[in-house]
Amino acid sequence: MLQLIKRPSPSKAMVYLSPVLALLLTLCAGLVLFSLMGVSPMAALKAFFVTPISTTYGLGELWVKATPLILIGVALSLGFRAGVWNIGAEGQLLMGGIFGGAAALFFYEKTGFYILPLILLAGILGGLFWASIVAFLRTQFNANEILTSLMLTYVASLLLSLLVHGPFKDPDGFNFPESRIFSDSALLPILFEGTRMHFGAIIAVLVSLGGWLLLSKSLLGYQIKVMGDAPDAGTHAGFSQKKIIWIALLLSGGAAGLAGVIELTGPIGQILPNISPGYGFAAIIVAYVGRLHPIGALFAGLLLALSYLGGETAQIKLNLPLAVTGVFQGMLLFFILACDVFIHYQIKPRSASIA
Amino acid sequence: MTDLILPILLTLMTAATPLLFAAIGELVTEKSGVLNLGVEGMMLMGAVSGFATWHLTGSPFLGVLGGMAAGALMASLFAFLVLVLHASQVPTGLALTIFGIGLSALIGQGLVGVAYDGLPNLAVPLLSEIPFVGPLLFNQDALIYLSFALAFGVMWFMNKSHSGLVLRAVGDSHDAAYAMGYKVVRIRFLAILFGGAMAGVGGAYLSLAYSPLWAENMTAGRGWIALALVVFASWRTSRVLLGAYLFGGINIIQLHAQAMGANVPSQVMSMLPYLATIVVLVLISRDQAKIKLNAPASLTKPFHPSV
Repeated sequence: MLQLIKRPSPSKAMVYLSPVLALLLTLCAGLVLFSLMGVSPMAALKAFFVTPISTTYGLGELWVKATPLILIGVALSLGFRAGVWNIGAEGQLLMGGIFGGAAALFFYEKTGFYILPLILLAGILGGLFWASIVAFLRTQFNANEILTSLMLTYVASLLLSLLVHGPFKDPDGFNFPESRIFSDSALLPILFEGTRMHFGAIIAVLVSLGGWLLLSKSLLGYQIKVMGDAPDAGTHAGFSQKKIIWIALLLSGGAAGLAGVIELTGPIGQILPNISPGYGFAAIIVAYVGRLHPIGALFAGLLLALSYLGGETAQIKLNLPLAVTGVFQGMLLFFILACDVFIHYQIKPRSASIA
Repeated sequence: MTDLILPILLTLMTAATPLLFAAIGELVTEKSGVLNLGVEGMMLMGAVSGFATWHLTGSPFLGVLGGMAAGALMASLFAFLVLVLHASQVPTGLALTIFGIGLSALIGQGLVGVAYDGLPNLAVPLLSEIPFVGPLLFNQDALIYLSFALAFGVMWFMNKSHSGLVLRAVGDSHDAAYAMGYKVVRIRFLAILFGGAMAGVGGAYLSLAYSPLWAENMTAGRGWIALALVVFASWRTSRVLLGAYLFGGINIIQLHAQAMGANVPSQVMSMLPYLATIVVLVLISRDQAKIKLNAPASLTKPFHPSV
């Protein structure tokens, strides 16, 4: 029999090997899954992971999808480190879309360079507002942030539907639940001709670098790490738990709100009833695959973006259901949590002498 | 008057039942000291597997069993990661939900658009003919009867049986229970499995009885509401029963308000259960001392026997 023995100190190498191992295991499980579904596994894997990024346009799409994932993933990494479980980033993203979208419609007739920053700011405010409810309820009433942030996600999604069927609706849109298409001043500039890769990608990379600086070079970053690892020690050192909760939630709320408004002013260009294929939830996986590190989240965001892109390609090329993406994402998180056991433990044959 | 109230109460019971199953299952899991945030995923897998089994075999009874098995299977995945590989409970539960949402959508591809009559009602002879009380209490589908049996059974198990005492001991102090020779991991494994099976039945109730069809994400957050119900109930079975019916009631306001001509947008009505969950959580959690008193002391804490 095998048994797990605790390592004297956590393995640094396994921290980085674990995501690689998890990815390989996910691919193996994917082979089995595709065979069960009656498609050639190699063709499916190719459609999933190679075809989507074999063109310039595809690489641009990768960044389009990675942008919201990186933005939210970086902020969630910081929050999870502090032990604050904001699971409702999806709702904060939707609120960012609602606030930012409202601003874009408000400035519909105007032109000018100042419009876009104001719209982005409105989106951030939307996310901040939604996350601050969670922070308030947690710090004032001790209400579990996992549950409140999730409930607020359902509320935000219904609110978006209400608004798109009402005030946001295009007056000339034949009563379809869609807003007007935003004016050019409200759209993010495209970075490369012939792709949809937009300025949001630069923001995402900057946020990732900023997150890294915050975590490794600032006192706040130190407080986040201490409060996550040893809350009692942190409190003794005079760090305020409430302050950390507020900061963790506001950071992730603001980032999610920004991601939401970037989706509207980038690839979508108007307000629709559905503006996110669950980026806020996938960003939880991004944070874990990225080892709860802001730079790691950058790479993990690209990987998860590929899973969305691959799912779409496999649907078109092989007629596979889009739900495969969700299965892949779930498996990846499972495998990474399983592989993480080797950070703290090693497997050894059970020695007979103990028994 | 009873013409109006009876249909409302009947829908209330069908809305409360999936919550009751899932919340009681989670209560038992949490009492053993394990927080499984995968209820939503297990319910969805229960819903799709229950419906698929019914579709394939034509037997609603097997459908319920299929849902139960799927929930338990999902839970065993969680149990393996948490109990054997020492993965932390919060992210692993989230992974279970994400995985369940994806996998159920994949399995359910061919089932969208298929519809059935739903579970048959089982009338108790004579008693079901009593006006008002009869149709309410003695002419329901099998799972509603079962949900009450489950609630009272778990109530007895927790408070009166020796095994229930051991389960609570494991949840309150796994180290002490381990020192006394109880098999902490085995007990927790069983509690997690039970929680998954009940979440699976709760999900199956949705696809077999509540709205006999399969739709992606059809649980619509009920798994999360079930988790909140356990907190609302301060980990007490009797109050889970109360809470499930309270939330079932909030769930059906939407159905009946529109029938009665209330002019409120449907989206606002649909927000009610989620907003009510937040309000209830705030009211209950305000009193930190009370939560500390009732919550299993070892909840979410890792267990590493030092032998």
